[in-house]
Amino acid sequence: MQISLQTIDDLQIASLTGDIDASTAPIVTEQILPIIKPSAKIILDMTKVAYMSSAGLRMLLSLHRQSTGQNSILVIVGLSEDVQDTMAVTGFLSFFKTYSSLEEATTVFQT
Amino acid sequence: MQRIDVHPTHTYHQYKLRCGKPFPFGATLVPGGINFSIYSSYATSCILVLFEKHAKEPLIEIPFPTEFRIGNVYCMIVFDLDYENLEYGYRMDGPNDFKEGHWFDKSKILMDPYARSIGGRDVWGVTPDWQDIYQHRSRIAFDDFDWEDDCLLEIPPEDQIIYEMHVRSFTRHPSSGIKEKHQGTFAGILEKIPYFKELGINTIELMPIYEFDEFENSRLNPETGELLVNYWGYSTVGFFAPKTGYAATGKYGMQVDEFKNLVKTLHKHGIEVILDVVFNHTAEGNEKGPTISFRGIDNKTYYMLTPEGYYFNFSGTGNTLNCNNPIVRGMVLDCLRYWAAEYHIDGFRFDLAAILGRDPWGYPLTNPPLLESLAFDPILAKCKLIAEAWDAGGLYQVGSFPAYGRWAEWNGKYRDSIRKFLKGDGNVGEVAQRLQGSPDLYAASGRSPATSINFITCHDGFTLMDLVSYNQKQNIANGENNNDGSNDNDSWNCGVEGPTDDPQILSLRYRQIKNAIVMLMVSQGVPMILMGDEFGRTKNGNNNTYCHDNELNWLNWNLLSKNHELFRFTKAMIAFRNAHPVLRNTHHFQNKDYVGSGLPDISWHGTQAWQADWSSSHIIAFMLCGKHAKQGTIADERIYVAFNMHWQAHYFELPRTLEGKKWYIFANTGVASPMDINSPGNEIMIDNQSGLFLRERSAVILIAR
Repeated sequence: MQISLQTIDDLQIASLTGDIDASTAPIVTEQILPIIKPSAKIILDMTKVAYMSSAGLRMLLSLHRQSTGQNSILVIVGLSEDVQDTMAVTGFLSFFKTYSSLEEATTVFQT
Repeated sequence: MQRIDVHPTHTYHQYKLRCGKPFPFGATLVPGGINFSIYSSYATSCILVLFEKHAKEPLIEIPFPTEFRIGNVYCMIVFDLDYENLEYGYRMDGPNDFKEGHWFDKSKILMDPYARSIGGRDVWGVTPDWQDIYQHRSRIAFDDFDWEDDCLLEIPPEDQIIYEMHVRSFTRHPSSGIKEKHQGTFAGILEKIPYFKELGINTIELMPIYEFDEFENSRLNPETGELLVNYWGYSTVGFFAPKTGYAATGKYGMQVDEFKNLVKTLHKHGIEVILDVVFNHTAEGNEKGPTISFRGIDNKTYYMLTPEGYYFNFSGTGNTLNCNNPIVRGMVLDCLRYWAAEYHIDGFRFDLAAILGRDPWGYPLTNPPLLESLAFDPILAKCKLIAEAWDAGGLYQVGSFPAYGRWAEWNGKYRDSIRKFLKGDGNVGEVAQRLQGSPDLYAASGRSPATSINFITCHDGFTLMDLVSYNQKQNIANGENNNDGSNDNDSWNCGVEGPTDDPQILSLRYRQIKNAIVMLMVSQGVPMILMGDEFGRTKNGNNNTYCHDNELNWLNWNLLSKNHELFRFTKAMIAFRNAHPVLRNTHHFQNKDYVGSGLPDISWHGTQAWQADWSSSHIIAFMLCGKHAKQGTIADERIYVAFNMHWQAHYFELPRTLEGKKWYIFANTGVASPMDINSPGNEIMIDNQSGLFLRERSAVILIAR
């Protein structure tokens, strides 16, 4: 699991590469939690995540709850069709704002 | 500062352990580890067996230290486990003596009876690896689903309209329009919610969704070479786990979330969920069956045994769960509480529930502790409890099921009476009782009309289309020489056995189906429709399709357009029932005027108004006074319903309406679609207000306004 963090203006973009499962989910949490600060704007780019286990979904949910609690915004970009489908039928998807590309997400944040 | 009670006290190889908590049974996540707890009264020792998901060989086998046994419960916390990727089971050692009822065999790995998630049949229909030493694998489930503000809908029982369905049958057929990867799954049902809304039902009853093994007793059909499977699933492997193979996300182990999301979404749309639960027996079958769990853990506790050590067979399926043993009773209660609390299930229908009232030797109890416990349980207090009030051992308790004021019943007598009347048996006396919510069965004991779950068809037996198309069952495809399935079908083929292109016969069959729908929807009590009957589903005359994973069971959605007039009729009848509280009373009729409306709550008529033809016996009409709706608490319109199940047309004189009111027609099954039915509020005034002709085998509904 590789995680790269970059900041553009007031946007924080975290790009993940690799599978998210029980062993890698804690690593993601550890890296992302510190940037969830009051009124932060965070984009989680998951274009390069092919597989996500239930631990991954639960990690996303816990990040979502953190960000809601902090009044920050966390959106997800580039969910694979399979991951998106899994999230939809298990009820996870409705908790998130998702975009198909980084451009789309940044545009939304800038308006 | 870490809590002191989450520190390990023992080690075994590199695993850190601590004495566990005996409650709850099963595997529970605790800080830093998992609490494993399992009960056995006759075992002499127990080993916890851990696997990585799908692994052929165990990761480790940890014997329970003597000091980790509390009473007859083995309980242990194991720390630092990768719980997402874990499967667990037990080995139990103890006496092995058939006559004494002991089956201990420590060479077998046993599934936890309290497993909340079960692996091994992750994707429906994938042939299992029969060499695998551990077929049905206990897994850990998470209780962190976000229900938001969801709670039970608590639809008043008399307002329910139940739709009985099978997860896979409803969603599997290519014509379903469901995304291919969701066909045959809980996720597929989500896509059909708009259909439920359009039809107008408010409760779905799911045939078994607890983990079962579709490969149990699977065999090739000698005729066709086709694989016959345990398709319906009336044979439970694990009572605490939803069937993994019914979840599109089962391969990811997400079936718990997928099913919870289905319940939550249905609730959002005002639809309740009732589960068909099978506590009368298990998938371990008779003495030739597999050892999955109970048999190897405490055979003598869980099953009813003969003095020779064989299994009593009151279920007709090999064994009988010993439900009134306090331990087993506890398990059943734990199970239902779990589904009510953790899955927000609105109600349960108990398969062959008469068994639940038998003592450990099989004798019917006058005061069965299990049924009483369920009736008065604080957690189940808002759940519907519905009994199939008979069993395969000959105990038939429709009307006499120990109800404790809580239990409703599948009314088998309703089914039989209505079927007979429909085919022309001329049994109006009993039909009058059925239309009123069977007061002959329930009124004396103070049980409401909603005690009666009224159905003409269910998964067992003919579909409604087959009921009017076949005199004989056609069960050759089941591979038992047509010997299986019921012979008492009270069906009539309308003149030709099976498919025909004779327009007159086809039109009579349509009419008979509509007559049946009218009877069902104007009866007091709770109507239950079998999936697909609303658009003429057929199983080609097979009345026992428990073993077919094919088009005999898969609902063919192409029939929706082919038989659209049946769908339109059913939908309008459901809307009519929903529009008229007088059809959904909370108490039995008193056959008198008790609100001062000038009319009795119900009155009986025939070809002459106010003169019921009890002797002619194929003709019956009744009138409901709208001012008595829900015991006079709500105003409704006056409704007149007439049935002519005779093979000749008859003229029915109508009771007079009040000054300034006229009779309007809502439905007449004797005329061609679309004139056969209107929508509520759009009834048409009839020209002759003093009477009307009913053609042979037809039904009419009028309202006065």
